[in-house]
Amino acid sequence: MDLLEYQGKQYFARFGIPVSSGGTADTPFEAVDVADKVGYPVVVKAQVKVGGRGKAGGVKLASDADEVRTVAGQILGLDIKGHVVKRLWVEHASDIVHEYYASFTLDRAEKRHLAMISARGGVDIEQVADEEPDAIVKVLIDPVDGFHLDAAADAVAAAGIDFEARSGAAQILVDLYRCYVEGDADLVEINPLILTTAGKVHALDAKVTLDDNASFRHPEWADFPDVEGLDPREKLARERGLNYIGLDGTVGIIANGAGLAMSTLDVVTQVGGAAANFLDIGGGASADVMAAALEVINTDEKVRAILVNIFGGITRCDEVARGIVEALARVELRSPIVLRLDGTNAEEGRAILAEHLSGRLRSEPTMLEAARRAVELAGREAR
Amino acid sequence: MSIFVDESTKVVVQGLTGGQGRFHGLRNRDYGTRVVAGVTPGKGGQDVDGIPVFDTMAEAVAATGADASFVSVPPRFAQAAILEAAASVGFIVCITEGIPAQDEANFYNVLKRDYSGVRLLGPNCPGIISPGKCNIGITSGDIALAGGPVGIVSRSGTLTYQALHELSQQGIGQTTCVGIGGDPVPGTSFIDCLAAFQADPETKAVMMIGEIGGSEEERAAEYIATQMDKPVVAYVAGVTAPPGRKMGHAGAIVSGSHGTAQGKMAALDKAGVHVAQNPTAAGEMMVELVRSLG
Repeated sequence: MDLLEYQGKQYFARFGIPVSSGGTADTPFEAVDVADKVGYPVVVKAQVKVGGRGKAGGVKLASDADEVRTVAGQILGLDIKGHVVKRLWVEHASDIVHEYYASFTLDRAEKRHLAMISARGGVDIEQVADEEPDAIVKVLIDPVDGFHLDAAADAVAAAGIDFEARSGAAQILVDLYRCYVEGDADLVEINPLILTTAGKVHALDAKVTLDDNASFRHPEWADFPDVEGLDPREKLARERGLNYIGLDGTVGIIANGAGLAMSTLDVVTQVGGAAANFLDIGGGASADVMAAALEVINTDEKVRAILVNIFGGITRCDEVARGIVEALARVELRSPIVLRLDGTNAEEGRAILAEHLSGRLRSEPTMLEAARRAVELAGREAR
Repeated sequence: MSIFVDESTKVVVQGLTGGQGRFHGLRNRDYGTRVVAGVTPGKGGQDVDGIPVFDTMAEAVAATGADASFVSVPPRFAQAAILEAAASVGFIVCITEGIPAQDEANFYNVLKRDYSGVRLLGPNCPGIISPGKCNIGITSGDIALAGGPVGIVSRSGTLTYQALHELSQQGIGQTTCVGIGGDPVPGTSFIDCLAAFQADPETKAVMMIGEIGGSEEERAAEYIATQMDKPVVAYVAGVTAPPGRKMGHAGAIVSGSHGTAQGKMAALDKAGVHVAQNPTAAGEMMVELVRSLG
């Protein structure tokens, strides 16, 4: 789960990382209210989960209430790369001397944590990495050892952070590492981390991606509402416990297992079609799960044919077949289904489906043939 | 021969008294695997269909001489279960899906430091099957065929079954089929399995199934090019996956140009691997290859 900037800052604050004082606002009126409290000048920032907010006009300075009202009105409702701004973060503007960069994430190749620190903050860090790789100090951290103040101080010095900012920056690194590990984040990033004219170091931005797998030990995450809102179909799928991603094609896909689902997308493309979605129903393909999957796909008006690709392992094909029969009785489908059923109890499964086969429900023996049939039913010529 | 397990492997199921543990543990035993004990803290003294249950791994191993563990416990208990197993046995299979990444990074490095002789397979993997000898995990035994000569290593569960099925249907057997799992910090890598298959005299060819995300396939390609002389057929899922989206597995995510299926396929092709465009084609390639080996 990606947090919005203000949520990330609230999370940082739990671990003692200094952030600017501010508040959220969903209307220009609320924005003025927050600005009056935190003191002028203020920065009004769009809260959307996408980079490049500044360039898109989503971050503006305001020196009095009238300006806050004006810029808040301009930013709210703004469409930034497909994300409509519904909420603002208003904070006291900082006097910046220098901008730095700091982050922690998992280095999958090294199977250890990776700290990245740079004196070149405030800009796109990937650009810095391309143009000036030496400007980023990378430190691999063994999670068993942890990351302590002496290592943080060395990293800060090696990155060429200004001398007066070093002790503040090192302490923030240690706290940010705690936020990353104890806070169960996949990524924590501060860009920019700033040195102010008052000689203080603090986080001017916050990017936090939480690990959904760890939600069981973080009841406090419920305090981070989903402000932006998911695509309605993805939301419906999530409520049903399905892993769904919407795409642009005309062949709806249902498969068990992420690998098989991805592979099904690939095969549909290879035979000349285009998938409308990725949908992994996971291990237990009961009637409820199958009905929910068909229901989600049925709400996609682009879909002209549905390809159900099941390989039974733990999932038994006879259960899947019963699930489909039951689901068909429950859901009025707009598109025909092509089914490929293989693996554990496949013959029993096909026998159950035999009497239900029609122009609306076809069965094909292999993944490739099923994909071709689905693409044809969707009105394309199959290769 | 098989890799990592064989007919003498004795298995403890951690979580045998749970729904999943019982289901798969008993299925593994029905397949012929020597499932000798279960472990569930607080349930020592009970039994599951005749399999004795102990409170701790140490007790289970002392009583039965088990040398492998099958971890089937909920995500929140997985780290403790794996570390407990590492102190008692040399081979651990963890099928648990949804373990926090911080836990995975931690126990991977604890194992590396304190239990360097212990192999962890998974987490979030289908397990390992050496047809006719041993099956630890969730793979359905009847889709595998004993006798070799193909070794299979895969990151994806259902695609592993698909690969077994494609080969078995054509009468091509497998020495061992290893599912390494799709999580960000897998205990066993492609390279670990490729090296074991290269060293196994009965394995004549290897089928490798990758997916988008990470750089394990690229590293495997480098290994194959420099260290292997056995032929490899590969398939990588996710050519059409949209970038930046998680697709089911925590592992299956593409960021930017890194970890794309195209990049992985190109690296494997360059390493001399036979790269297939879909699972069926991979099966056909392998059948042809095995027949040409005679």
